Amino acid sequence: MAQPLGVKKPAGAWFTAFKRGPARFAFGVVLLIAWEISVDAGFINPYLMPAPSAIAIRMAKELASGTLVSDTVLTMYRAFVGFLSASVVGVVIGTLAARNAPARWFFDPLVSIGFPAPKIAFMPLFVLWFGLGDSAKIMMIVFTCVFPVISATYLGTASIDRYLIWSARNLGVSRRGIVWKVVVPAALPQILNGLQIAFPMSLIVTVVTEMITSGGGLGGYMIMAARDALSEQVFVGIFTIAIVGYVLLNGFDRLRRHLLRWHTESMTAM
Amino acid sequence: MRAANAIAGTLYYYAPVALLILCWDLGSRLGLLSADLLPSPEATLAAFRAVLDSGELAQQASVSLFRESMGFLASVVVGTVLGIAMARIEWARVLIRPVVTFFYPMPKTALIPILLLWFGLGDMSKIAAIFLGCLLPVVISSYNGARGVEPLLVWSARSLGAGKFGVLWKIILMAALPDILSGVRMALALSWLLLVSAELLLAQKGLGFMIGYYGETGDYATMFSAIIVVVLIGSISDRLFLALMGWSLRWRNLSA
Repeated sequence: MAQPLGVKKPAGAWFTAFKRGPARFAFGVVLLIAWEISVDAGFINPYLMPAPSAIAIRMAKELASGTLVSDTVLTMYRAFVGFLSASVVGVVIGTLAARNAPARWFFDPLVSIGFPAPKIAFMPLFVLWFGLGDSAKIMMIVFTCVFPVISATYLGTASIDRYLIWSARNLGVSRRGIVWKVVVPAALPQILNGLQIAFPMSLIVTVVTEMITSGGGLGGYMIMAARDALSEQVFVGIFTIAIVGYVLLNGFDRLRRHLLRWHTESMTAM
Repeated sequence: MRAANAIAGTLYYYAPVALLILCWDLGSRLGLLSADLLPSPEATLAAFRAVLDSGELAQQASVSLFRESMGFLASVVVGTVLGIAMARIEWARVLIRPVVTFFYPMPKTALIPILLLWFGLGDMSKIAAIFLGCLLPVVISSYNGARGVEPLLVWSARSLGAGKFGVLWKIILMAALPDILSGVRMALALSWLLLVSAELLLAQKGLGFMIGYYGETGDYATMFSAIIVVVLIGSISDRLFLALMGWSLRWRNLSA
């Protein structure tokens, strides 16, 4: 934790207690109350920024009607399919590029140009190619998420200790077995780093593609509401996505620690 | 000789791109790629020349670059200050960190609809989308960087007579710079995504608007040339930032 600049007076006991417990929610709660009061008192135009209570009531209504749940499920479905496809394609291309020189020559410049570029610019073209349905959206998610996976897999597999591979060969593992039993597990921490970048990206892109092309989902729900100037619904969408993002990304972090429990990374962390 | 080698190396490096363009050209000529789905390289180049000569491209690009630079710079400045404040001031950390950790995983593009509702078609909605979207990544990376500063460095500077502000400026910011810059690099890529998305969704100007507009009117050659321009601007800005990063961290390699 941060070091004090000078000699610091010991904090009061109440502050220590506050830090450990209610502080985690204090600022959020204060913000919410201030927001509620300023809307009720007329400082904020409720048309632009509805009160938290109004948003909560609207959210309960939308939950009860079932549309919010089905839109959330649809968004998550698209994000997962896109993310999983990008993971498979990215790991295959990354491993190939690390172990095969022509493949490295081919993919290296493409990845270095494509990785930082805003791939979402291709969305109108993807709609032209794949139509307005799920496939254009999922292809866009794959196209965006594949880059961090390729790059991380390449870095992970290219830097493997060759003694690991020689030992495995010596112990009778076949050439194909090497890839799945040695190379991929040894590169797993790096690959998971890439996936950890790709996963939030998949949510970001899913929401945008849903906004740009019709077809439901949380992004579609929000942009329709915004076009009709229904700010309560737009905020319901924002909070739903924030909660979904929070739960999923924390879940991903736990999964990573579970998958790497054999690795020194998690041992030093304990 | 060395320059010639460097040029040859660059050509060899980017040869796969030329190969792809060649395939694209061949595919268009042989009729494998329908012009309705992907305009030929010639048509794309002609469309690019047309918007370049008419000045439309420069105009739209300058609108986009203005929005991008305003939103991005604001998020870098505010994010760095907030992140360092969270690392150095206990009450700031106690109060702000929970809110930051809640909103950090939120897909930032979800903010675009409300910003369009608030600020409308013009520059402000795009600048705000970039600013809010990029803010938290910068906050988190500068917080992590400033938190890891060795106390010994701070104490040495203090004993050598640095004031509080001097410590903040010369020690903390400098020691946190590698983390801050790598966070800013992520934010840079995100900022282009946010800009193009917001412009595709609702705008009357800008490169993203241009792509959407020509797509809807069926002028795919112009649309595709604008797409290529956007991709290149995004990539080149990352290259430039990487060079800036290397230059501003050049002092680190001296001790290592």
